[in-house]
Amino acid sequence: MNNKRWFFKGMRDGIPISTGYFAVSLTLGIAAGKAGISAWEATVMSFAMHASAGQFAAMELMAAGAGYLEMVLTEIVVNLRYVLMSCALSQKIRRDIPYAHRFFVAYDVTDEIFGISVSVEGKLNPFYTYGAMAVASPGWVGGTLLGALLGNIMPDRLLSAMNLALYGMFIAIVVPPARKNKVLAGLVLASLMAGGFFTWLPVLRGLSSGFRIMILTLALAGGAAFLFPIEEEKEEETCET
Amino acid sequence: MRPEILKSILVLGLTLYAVRMLPLVLLHREIKNRWFRSFLYYVPYVTLTVMTFPAILSATNSVISAAAGFGAAVLLAYRGRSLFQVAIGGCVVVGLVELLPFV
Repeated sequence: MNNKRWFFKGMRDGIPISTGYFAVSLTLGIAAGKAGISAWEATVMSFAMHASAGQFAAMELMAAGAGYLEMVLTEIVVNLRYVLMSCALSQKIRRDIPYAHRFFVAYDVTDEIFGISVSVEGKLNPFYTYGAMAVASPGWVGGTLLGALLGNIMPDRLLSAMNLALYGMFIAIVVPPARKNKVLAGLVLASLMAGGFFTWLPVLRGLSSGFRIMILTLALAGGAAFLFPIEEEKEEETCET
Repeated sequence: MRPEILKSILVLGLTLYAVRMLPLVLLHREIKNRWFRSFLYYVPYVTLTVMTFPAILSATNSVISAAAGFGAAVLLAYRGRSLFQVAIGGCVVVGLVELLPFV
């Protein structure tokens, strides 16, 4: 497939991401107003950050008048999972293309863009990621603006249904390979249980969601890699979607 | 737009860019270590699952509609439907379930 076809494929897969982003960023825009951040400030923030939990945290910190050091450290901790995602992408990107693409792909490594980029068949052509960004990013930025300007007019039921889009997408990425591979199926089940434990059990539930995601990823993916190291051929085979 | 806020946004934007860009740029060579390769291969499955569950249950207006959407999405994905069909199918089920009088 050439770059143009990859770009269009990315755009198509970006549609559900954009829908979900729109719903989430509407609530972000509404929250901005409550934190004393103007509609345009919130919009620029969405353009610069592309991070849901990170932006909610940033608005709280700004409203509280926090200093730069505190803001930067908090953001690094809340968003540390992107380090893991970028590590995984660094190995997934095609090696026969200019190095500079890595700087552009990095602009929009979000949970969702990462999810679809890392699960394409074979190596990643960055134009696939660009296509997804081209559709998803306007959803995120535009939703923020719209939410800040007229968030309370949107029908509640529509927002509620749209919120499922992001999760539906994750499910579409995880389930098919887990169906074909027993190790992955076991890993997904273990992750489900661990996610539940860490959200509901006392003490553990005190962790922020960013930390929870990072700790569980390190522990479970690390353990799986120790118990079931992959063979080279097997990796290519199961990376298919 | 207040310059003070804009400056904060710029600093935070650069922080996030650095977090995302550095691993991508620094790890440009192929990693040979078998454990680390396996680890990176397993990362997305754990991350995406942990991000989905149990957060999905509180994503919509009611646990019932969320659980129905969750179930529908899993079923569609299990049957090999496309990303778009799974995502939109889940949304449609949530919308329909929330029309029920007891939800």
